[in-house]
Amino acid sequence: MDTYVPVLILGLIAGGFAVFSVIMGAMTGPKRYNRAKYDSYECGIEPTPQPVGGGRFPVKYYLTAMLFIVFDIEIVFLYPWAVAFDSLGWFGLAEMFLFILTVFVAYAYVWRRGGLEWD
Amino acid sequence: MSILAASSTTATFVAPHVEFGKLSPMLIAFGTATLGILVEAFAPRKQRYGIQVGLALVGIAASFAAVLALAGTTASVVAQGSVAVDGTTLFLQGTILVISFVAFLVIAERKTDQNQDAFAAQGASVPGSAAERETTRRGWQTTEVYPLLMFSVGGMLLFPAANDLLTMFVALEALSLPLYLVCGLARHRRLLSQEAALKYFLLGAFSSAFFLYGAAMLYGYAGSVNLAVIAQHVAHPTAGSTLLYTGVALLGMGLLFKVGAAPFHMWTPDVYQGAPTPVTGFMAAATKIAAFGALVRVLDVGLGVNSAENVWRPVMQAVAIITMIVGGVLALTQRDIKRMLAYSAILNAGYLLIGVTSTTAQARAAVLFYLPVYGVAIIGAFAVVTLVRDAGGEATDLSRWAGLGRRAPIPAALLAVFLLAFAGIPFTSIFIGKFAIFQAALAAGSPDLVIVAVLASALAAFFYLRVVVVMFFSDPLPQGPTIAHPSIAVKTALAVAAFATVALGVAPSLLLHLANNSAGILAK
Amino acid sequence: MTPSYAPVAATGTFALTAWVILLPLAGAAILLIGGRRTNRWGHLLGCAAAIGSFVLGAVLFFALLAKPGAQRSYDQHVYTWIPVPGFTADVGFHLDQLSIVFVLLITGVGSLIHIYSVAYMEHDENRRKFFCYLNLFLAAMLVLVLADNYLLLYAGWEGVGLASYLLIGFWQHKPSAAVAAKKAFIVNRVGDVGLSIAVMLMYTTFGSFAFGPVLNGASSAKVGTMTAIGLLLLLGACGKSAQFPLQSWLLDAMEGPTPVSALIHAATMVTAGVYLIVRSNAIFDVSPNARLVVTIIGAITLMFGAIIGCAKDDIKKALAGSTMSQIGYMILAAGLGPIGYVFAIMHLITHGFFKAGLFLGAGSVMHGMNDDVNMRHYGALRKFMPWTYVTFGLGYLAIIGVPPFSGYWSKDKIIEAAFAQGGTSGWILGCAALLGALVTAFYMTRVVLMTFFGQKRWVPDAEGHEPHPHESPWIMVVPMVVLAVGSVAAGFLFSYHNAFVNWLSPVTGFSEGHSPINTAVLQVVTLVVVALGIGYAYLGYGLQQAPSTPPLGSFATRAARQDLYGDAFNELVFMRGGQYLTRVLVYFDMKGVDGVVNGVSAGLGGSSGRLRKLQSGFVRSYALSMFGGATLLIVALLLVRG
Repeated sequence: MDTYVPVLILGLIAGGFAVFSVIMGAMTGPKRYNRAKYDSYECGIEPTPQPVGGGRFPVKYYLTAMLFIVFDIEIVFLYPWAVAFDSLGWFGLAEMFLFILTVFVAYAYVWRRGGLEWD
Repeated sequence: MSILAASSTTATFVAPHVEFGKLSPMLIAFGTATLGILVEAFAPRKQRYGIQVGLALVGIAASFAAVLALAGTTASVVAQGSVAVDGTTLFLQGTILVISFVAFLVIAERKTDQNQDAFAAQGASVPGSAAERETTRRGWQTTEVYPLLMFSVGGMLLFPAANDLLTMFVALEALSLPLYLVCGLARHRRLLSQEAALKYFLLGAFSSAFFLYGAAMLYGYAGSVNLAVIAQHVAHPTAGSTLLYTGVALLGMGLLFKVGAAPFHMWTPDVYQGAPTPVTGFMAAATKIAAFGALVRVLDVGLGVNSAENVWRPVMQAVAIITMIVGGVLALTQRDIKRMLAYSAILNAGYLLIGVTSTTAQARAAVLFYLPVYGVAIIGAFAVVTLVRDAGGEATDLSRWAGLGRRAPIPAALLAVFLLAFAGIPFTSIFIGKFAIFQAALAAGSPDLVIVAVLASALAAFFYLRVVVVMFFSDPLPQGPTIAHPSIAVKTALAVAAFATVALGVAPSLLLHLANNSAGILAK
Repeated sequence: MTPSYAPVAATGTFALTAWVILLPLAGAAILLIGGRRTNRWGHLLGCAAAIGSFVLGAVLFFALLAKPGAQRSYDQHVYTWIPVPGFTADVGFHLDQLSIVFVLLITGVGSLIHIYSVAYMEHDENRRKFFCYLNLFLAAMLVLVLADNYLLLYAGWEGVGLASYLLIGFWQHKPSAAVAAKKAFIVNRVGDVGLSIAVMLMYTTFGSFAFGPVLNGASSAKVGTMTAIGLLLLLGACGKSAQFPLQSWLLDAMEGPTPVSALIHAATMVTAGVYLIVRSNAIFDVSPNARLVVTIIGAITLMFGAIIGCAKDDIKKALAGSTMSQIGYMILAAGLGPIGYVFAIMHLITHGFFKAGLFLGAGSVMHGMNDDVNMRHYGALRKFMPWTYVTFGLGYLAIIGVPPFSGYWSKDKIIEAAFAQGGTSGWILGCAALLGALVTAFYMTRVVLMTFFGQKRWVPDAEGHEPHPHESPWIMVVPMVVLAVGSVAAGFLFSYHNAFVNWLSPVTGFSEGHSPINTAVLQVVTLVVVALGIGYAYLGYGLQQAPSTPPLGSFATRAARQDLYGDAFNELVFMRGGQYLTRVLVYFDMKGVDGVVNGVSAGLGGSSGRLRKLQSGFVRSYALSMFGGATLLIVALLLVRG
C-alpha cells in the first residue's frame, strides 16, 4: 500500500488545486455576460447551428478525430520507448522503426485517398 | 518497490527473444495486408483490383509455404511464451490458408455480376443516393476488401496459436474488426448488409468485453495471462476457484460467440444473410477453424487438468447439446438458403463441441479432421449461392430455387454434393468427420452426446435434402433466377471443393493420419 | 468337401484385380466429366473400358486356372477407408473361383451388350450418358462381386441400385419410365435395409466386416444370430433379385432400354442376391431354418414368375417374368445348401447367356417393329429376321431345358437337387421345380410362336408408320450370335467331367445329393413335362392365330396379367399407408417451401417456429440473451464445481 501513498497525495493536491481555482475565480473575477460567454465552449470556431431533427454530424470531424487518436496512440507507445531507449538498444530501435512505419502506411493511405482534404 | 522508482527498473530490461522464423506464417500474412494498404494508396484505381488479388493470393501461398517449412519442427512456445507453434497450430494454420485461398478465389469473382465484384462501389456512400449511382457508374470498387481480409487471415493464424490470453485477444480483434467492416460492404441489399455489419460489430464488441473481463479474472487468479502458468495454478491451487471459474465462463463466452454456439449464436443467421455471400463462406469456414483452435488451446492447455476438466466438461457438453438442438430445429423453418446454412453452421459447431469436450487426443484429431472438410464444403455451398441471381443480387429464397437442377444441372449437382455431405451421407468427407467425432466421443464415454448428435443429424438430413428435392424434383419457375457463368477461378474453386468433399469421403486416411499426428502434439 | 476361407495376398498377376474395376470406373468418370465433348467417341470409350475389363478378367481367370484348387484365393488390400481407432473399414478385393466366374459373366456379357448398344442407341441423343451409366454399372457390379468385406459389398450393392435406377429411368420423358425407376429404387430400399442390418449384425457379432472373420467364425457363432443374419441377407437378396414378396419392380423395370434389361435386369444385377447367399454359405450352413425359408421363397417365386410370364403380351415383360422365375430356381438351389450352391451359380451363368440373348433378340425385334413391344402385333417374323430368329430360337431351346442346350444341364441339376433335399420338403420343392419347367416350356413356346410364326398381325404405330421389319445391323447381330453359342455350349462344357463342380467346390463346398427317384427316370419325367408344355402352347398359339386384341381370358389369366395382383397387394398394404404418410409429408413440404412451416412433424415445426421468435432481429435482445447465457455459464460452472 505504501507505494500508492505518493500517488494519493498527488491526487489530493491536484483535486485541491482545481477546487481552489474554481472557487477563487468565481469569487475574484468580474462578471460581465454577453452572447459568446453563454455559448458552450468550443475551441476556436463558432459552434455550427444545430440542424433540424438532430441531423448528421459531418463525417469529416470523425475522420480527423480518428487520425488524431492514431497519432495519439503512437505517442503513447513512443514515450516509454524513449524513456528506456538506452537499455532497449538496437532491438528497440528496429521495433519502433517498424511500428512507426506501419502507422505511416495507414497515414499514406489516408493522405492519398483524400482523408486529409477538408472539402 | 516504489512506483516512482519504476523508471530505474528499465535499466535491467532484457530485449525479448522473438523467433521470427516460427512466426513467419503470421508475419507474411500481416505483411501482405500492410503492402495491400500501400497498393491502395499509390496504385492507380484501374489496376488496384488486379494487384490486390494477386498480392493476396501470393501472400497466402507464401504463408502456406512457411507453414509447410515449419511442419515437422519440434513443438515449441515462442515469442516469450505468447505463441505456441506445434502440430495442432500448424495443421490449423495450413487449413486456414488453404480455405482462405479458395475463399479468395470466390471473393475476387467479377464475372457473375456484370464485371463487378460482390462489394459496394464505395462503402461510405449512402444506399440509394446519387453518390452511390455515380460511383457505380464510374465502376469504382472497394478493393480495400483484400488487405482487410488479409489482416483477418493474419488474426486467424494467430488465434489458434496464441498461448496467452492477451495475444489471443489481440488475435481475436485482428480477425474480427476487418470482418465487421467487410460484412457491411455488400453491393446489393446494402441496408441489410450494413445492418448485419452493425449487429456483428456491436455483439462482437460485447463478447470481446466479456472475453477481456474473463482474461482479467484469470489474471487475478493466476497472476499471469499465460496459459501454461494458469494451468499450473489450476493443478496446484493456491486460492479459491471462484475467480477461476467466473473467468473461464466469461472467457468461454467470448470464444463460444465466435464459434457460433448457442445461446451466443444469434448473430450468425443475421450476419450470414446480410454479408456479401463470398465473405459469408469465408467467415463460416475460416473463422470457425480459428475459433475452435483457440477454444481447444484454452481448454486443453490452460484447463487441461483433470480437476478442471471435471468442472467445465459437463457445462460445455450442455452447451453442445443446446447448440445442436437450436441449430437443427431452427434450420427446419428457414426458407432463405443463407440463413439455412447459418443454422447448419450452428449445428456443426455443436458437433465440433462434442469433439472438443471429449479432450482425448483422438477427439482432437477428429476435430482437426472435421474443420477442413467442413470448411471446404461450406465455402463451396456459399459459392454456388453466388451463382443463382435475380435482378437485385442473389436469389437466396428457397422457393426461387425450384427446378434449378433442370435449368442449371452443374451448379445444382455441386450444391447437392455439399448438402449431401452436410447431411452425412457415406462417401462424403463430412460423414467420415462425424464418424470420427462420434467414435471419439463414445470412446471418451459420452454416449448421450452421440445420441443427441445422431438425432440432430437425422433432423438435419431433412432440411438439407429438402433443398435437393426442391432443386431436382420441382418444376422450374417460369421466371426463375438467372444462373451466372463464373470465371475459371470460381469454377476451379468449386471443382476443388467438390472433389475434396468426395475424395476425402472415399479416401480419408491421408488427412486422418495427418490430423492424428498433428493432434498429438500440443506445446504446453 | 467343406469350404474354407484362407486367402493369400494378391501379388503379380493377381494384383491386377483392382484394375478390372478401375477401367469401367474411369470410363464412367471420363464420360461424366467430359460431358458433351465426349459425345463423338464416348460410346467407343465405354466399349473399350468394358472389353478391357473383360480381357483383364480373362487373364486373371487363366492365372487362377494355373494354380492348384486350394490356392485360388487371393486378397488385395487397396487401402483403409476409415482408420479411426476402434473401427476400421477397409477397401480390398477378393479373388477366388466364385468371384472370377462373376467377373467373366459381368464383363463378358457386359462387353457384348455395350457393343450391341452402340447400334441400338445410335439415334438417342444421350447415347454418351447411356454408356456412362453402363460403365458405372459395370464398376459397381464388379465391386459387389470382388469386395473382400461386407461393407464394400454393400457399397457395390447400392452402386448397382443407383445405376439400375438411372438406366430404368433413362427415358425420363416417358412418365412410365420415371415411375418405374422410382418404384425399383423404393422396393430395393426395403431389401437394402435388410442387408444393411445384416451387415451391422455381423459387425457386432464378429467385430469385422471382412469375409474372413465372418465366414470362418460363423460355425462357432450362435445359431439364432446366424438365422437372423441369414434371413436379413435373404431380404436383401429378395429386393435385388426380384424375389417374392419384393418382386414387383422388375416388370416395370422393362421401361428401360432393352440392352439394360438384358444386362442388368436379366443377366447380372438381379442375380446379385444369389451371389450374396452363395458367398455367405458359411452362415446358411449353420442355420437350416434360414435355408428352409430361402428354398420356400425360391419355390414361390419360380412359380410366380412363370405364371406371370404366361399372360403377358409385352415381349419384354414375358421375358421379365421368366427372369424372375429362373432366379427363383437359383435361389431355391442356393437354399438347398452344399448340394445346391454350385448348381445355383451354374444356372446363373447359363441363364446369363440365354436370357441376355433372348433380351437382345427381343430388342432386335422391337428395333424392326417401330419399338412395338406387343407380341400380338408380331407374327411371321422368322422370314424377315433370320439371324434374330435363329439366335432367339437357340436361347429358347436352352431356357426350356432341351438337351443338349445349356439350360438342360443346369436346370435339371437343380430339380434333382430339390428332390435330393429329402423328406416332404424335398418332394414339395422338387414338384414345384418340375411344374415350373412345364410352365416355362409353355410360356416360352408361346413367345416364340407369337413372335416368329403364324401370320402377320402388324399394325402401324401411333404416327401411322407401317412396320418394315428387317434384320438388325451386324453390330447387333454379332453379340446375339456369341450369346447363342454360349446358350448352346456352356451347359455341356460346365458339366463335362464335372468341371464346374470341381471349380467351385473349394469355395462353396459340395455334397452329392441322393435323390429318392432314379436320376434317369427324373430326367425322362422332366423332358416329358417340357414336351407337355410345348404341346399345350402349340395347341393354343401354333394351330390357331393369336388375336390382335387380347381376349378377356379366365380369372387366372387376368390375375396373371395383373402380375398376380402383386401391385394391388402392395397398393393396399404399403401404398395406401405410405400415401397417407407422404401426403402428410408433402403437406408440410409445401408449407415449408411456401414459407410457413414444415417439418417431419408438426411438433418440431411448431417448436422451431416458437424458437424462431427469439430471433427477433434486435441487437438488444441478442445482447440480452448473450448476457443471460454468460450468467448461466458462470452459475453452471460454479455449481458443478460444488
